[in-house]
Amino acid sequence: MRRIAQHTCTDMARIDLDLAHSYKPLPARDADYALLPLAMTFDDGGAYALLGPSGCGKTTMLNIISGLVAPSQGTVRFDGEDVTSRTPQQRNIAQVFQFPVIYDTMTVAENLAFPLRNRRMPAERIGQRVGVVAEMLELTAQLPQRAAGLSADVKQKISLGRGLVRNDVSAVLFDEPLTVIDPHLKWQLRRKLKQIHRELKLTLIYVTHDQVEALTFADQVIVMTHGRAVQTGSADQLFERPQHTFVGHFIGSPGMNFLDAEIQGDRLRIDGVDLQMTADSIAALSQAGRVTLGVRPEYVTVSDSARPGAMSAQVVKAQDIGTHWMVTGKIGERVVRARVSSGAAVPGAGDTVWLGLLGPHTCFYKDDRLLA
Amino acid sequence: MKPVNHKAWLLILPVVVCVAFSAILPLMTVVNYSVQDIISPERRVFVGTEWFKMVMRDGELHDALLRQITFSIAVLVVEVPLGIMLALSMPPSGWKASAVLVLLAMSLLIPWNVVGTIWQIFGRTDIGLFGAALARLGFDYNYTGSATDAWLTVLLMDVWHWTSLVALLCYAGLRAIPNAYYQAAQIDGASRFAVFRYIELPKLRGVLMIAVLLRFMDSFMIYTEPFVLTGGGPGNSTTFLSQYLTQKAVGQFDVGPAAAFSLIYFLIILLMCFILYNWMQRVGTSDASTPPNG
Amino acid sequence: MAKSRIDVRTVFLVAYLVFSILPIYWMVNMSFKTNDEILGVFSLWPRRFTWANYATIFTDVSWYSGYINSMIYVAMNTVMSIAVALPAAYAFSRYRFLGDKHVFFWLLTNRMTPPAIFLLPFFQLYTTLGLMDTHVAVALAHLVFNVPLAVWILEGFMSGVPREIDETAYIDGYSFPRFFLTIFVPLIKAGIGVTAFFCFMFSWVELLMARTLTSVNAKPIVATMTRTVSAAGMDWGTLAAAGVLTILPGAIVIWFVRHYIAKGFAMGRV
Repeated sequence: MRRIAQHTCTDMARIDLDLAHSYKPLPARDADYALLPLAMTFDDGGAYALLGPSGCGKTTMLNIISGLVAPSQGTVRFDGEDVTSRTPQQRNIAQVFQFPVIYDTMTVAENLAFPLRNRRMPAERIGQRVGVVAEMLELTAQLPQRAAGLSADVKQKISLGRGLVRNDVSAVLFDEPLTVIDPHLKWQLRRKLKQIHRELKLTLIYVTHDQVEALTFADQVIVMTHGRAVQTGSADQLFERPQHTFVGHFIGSPGMNFLDAEIQGDRLRIDGVDLQMTADSIAALSQAGRVTLGVRPEYVTVSDSARPGAMSAQVVKAQDIGTHWMVTGKIGERVVRARVSSGAAVPGAGDTVWLGLLGPHTCFYKDDRLLA
Repeated sequence: MKPVNHKAWLLILPVVVCVAFSAILPLMTVVNYSVQDIISPERRVFVGTEWFKMVMRDGELHDALLRQITFSIAVLVVEVPLGIMLALSMPPSGWKASAVLVLLAMSLLIPWNVVGTIWQIFGRTDIGLFGAALARLGFDYNYTGSATDAWLTVLLMDVWHWTSLVALLCYAGLRAIPNAYYQAAQIDGASRFAVFRYIELPKLRGVLMIAVLLRFMDSFMIYTEPFVLTGGGPGNSTTFLSQYLTQKAVGQFDVGPAAAFSLIYFLIILLMCFILYNWMQRVGTSDASTPPNG
Repeated sequence: MAKSRIDVRTVFLVAYLVFSILPIYWMVNMSFKTNDEILGVFSLWPRRFTWANYATIFTDVSWYSGYINSMIYVAMNTVMSIAVALPAAYAFSRYRFLGDKHVFFWLLTNRMTPPAIFLLPFFQLYTTLGLMDTHVAVALAHLVFNVPLAVWILEGFMSGVPREIDETAYIDGYSFPRFFLTIFVPLIKAGIGVTAFFCFMFSWVELLMARTLTSVNAKPIVATMTRTVSAAGMDWGTLAAAGVLTILPGAIVIWFVRHYIAKGFAMGRV
């Protein structure tokens, strides 16, 4: 029976952030902040993803959690204890970087043993721990080999292993760890990470700009842009009810369609055309004025005749994606995309069709935030 | 992988022509001289390997060679560790880094004969700070009279002159190490020495090879500085190989033996260059897995 | 994370920098003294400050012409070296071709050749070409060392530029010269700066060839400085002043390219 490291409740940490961060000494405007003021909690044993484009602040947040960067304002707490001034070593976190960070001159076994040797653990126990972790990561065969000559995915496993080898690690943080891995090996590593999460029940925080990675790996995804965390939720929540236009745009392939609209009383006007809203929408939005309408291509209906909630559009192109067709149309100057299943009738370029925009999945935004 | 394109030779041509003109032609002349005895412009006798044999048996040459090798090894033993330590002590960025870079580069930009002159003055016990200080401390220091003092002064002068090069090369190498390695080491709880031993030193392998190669070669060819400082003396205690060759070629106009010795000198350096270059290539490929600074 | 450290390493660095500057300071010190004071009194700074030594250099044509000559051939050599090395470095960086490794190695060995063995052949070659005692001769002679170095350094920087940029330019219809001059060269500005620095450095300080190939018209400062022994003995003051002035162009060059050097170092390539 394989003995997996015993974790006590105090080892896994619940992480609370209440901070802001700026690289400038006297931040004045939003643009001066790398991380705008936020409060966030990562539960003990949860798998989280920080998702966003380059420069959104996700790596900064990760480094603040790990202790490599100290926030210019606010605190970081592990299990209620203020660790803001503590080093990464003192916080007991493990971090896996974008490219494999290993000690070239050592063997795989020596790499894994390194953190434990620095803590002066007795050699026998080190050997034991190294063996356990190597088995978990399927590295046992490579233990005596020099780390330098191995492939990138093995090296990343070694990096991860160095984090796991300490049995009191409080959280494991990943900074886009699959960036240099060959595509056909990525899924293997992802699978391994999920397996480790299930077995060890560690708190895992994963930074990425790839929504597929984020949505498959994490239970909760935090979408970030320009230093702000705009929404935290499960994959479903992010897809169905994006709280922010950025989330609508970033999640989904392609993202949400957005159209400017004006609401007066019970009428919705887009580009001079009036559309009939549903009763629920009217109730929520009657005083809204100028709004942005958001609807995913998956929920736009395509028909050749007018119907309530639909607008006329010129088809620009229809692409066969394999599992479905993607119809791109223009309503006035606005590009709107609609997904059509492979079996249905597909319009051709130049045709005039009616795109159904209003439905239960349609979202309305004001100043980029969700109204209804 | 780089595509194969033989038309690239057009791009290389200017360089090849320039360097061939400046290097191959002269070399051919030297080869020419080394196998002939030129008694007068009209009378040239082919003597084959005579000069070479004569040169190889020359006792003075053996002495000069030994002196040279000892000097070059001493140079490496002092300058390489010193340069590494300097690189580790230099600030990584900011105005202080620029200031230190400028100050260190200064000794590299001084014409070599001025280096000799500076130390000529600096080491004199009557008008030089160094010499006077040593005399005041009770040392019997005289670089023109004592062979040991002369030798040590030439070494000190070279250290002063060239350690900056090693330091700057190592500094460049250190800056190329991605920050993530230091962060990972911090997370792993590594001591400062462990960081040096397991991260910095291995990653400096490439630059160190360049530094060792450059310093060894250049010290093996050293001419101006010792010439200005001591003239090769006292006696011939600081007469290294280049000066020995120049004495033979220009001083005594023994063109034949000089040419022969030139070729031998060149071949020695070529051999060492070849060995070290291959070593560099091997080390270079193993570092290819390290990604560029992110 | 950064705490100010008065630690061993800072002390060591400062100590070395002092050691590095001291001899230079001593020479500067001496350049502002008269010969009498130098030989008579031992002082850490000039008791009687004088500009006389510098005046001698600026007014005596045999002195200042030395500087001008040096600068002419150094500038010529730097421009030639870079001009010739740029296409070659591009070829080494982007393509494989017959004999590429061998040519590269051959170039490196030229850098490694003892200048002493070129003495006699160069003397004869340039005499035959009628180029003795000209700036061009020294500039050409220095190509042997500077071109390989320039190719080596530039190739390193060029390899850091992704090939996609070349390909995009060709797709966009750029001809090779236009692409090279308007797109590629600006990307390796730091590399050219570093290369110019090293070419300048090696050419400015070289003595043996510069002295052998010149006599009067193109006599560089390095040669002029060896003639300060007159009937009255060593003219220490003027010699020191000449030394100081010889260092100045180098210091100025570093000052101007210091950003490129620092950036070049930051990119991880010398």
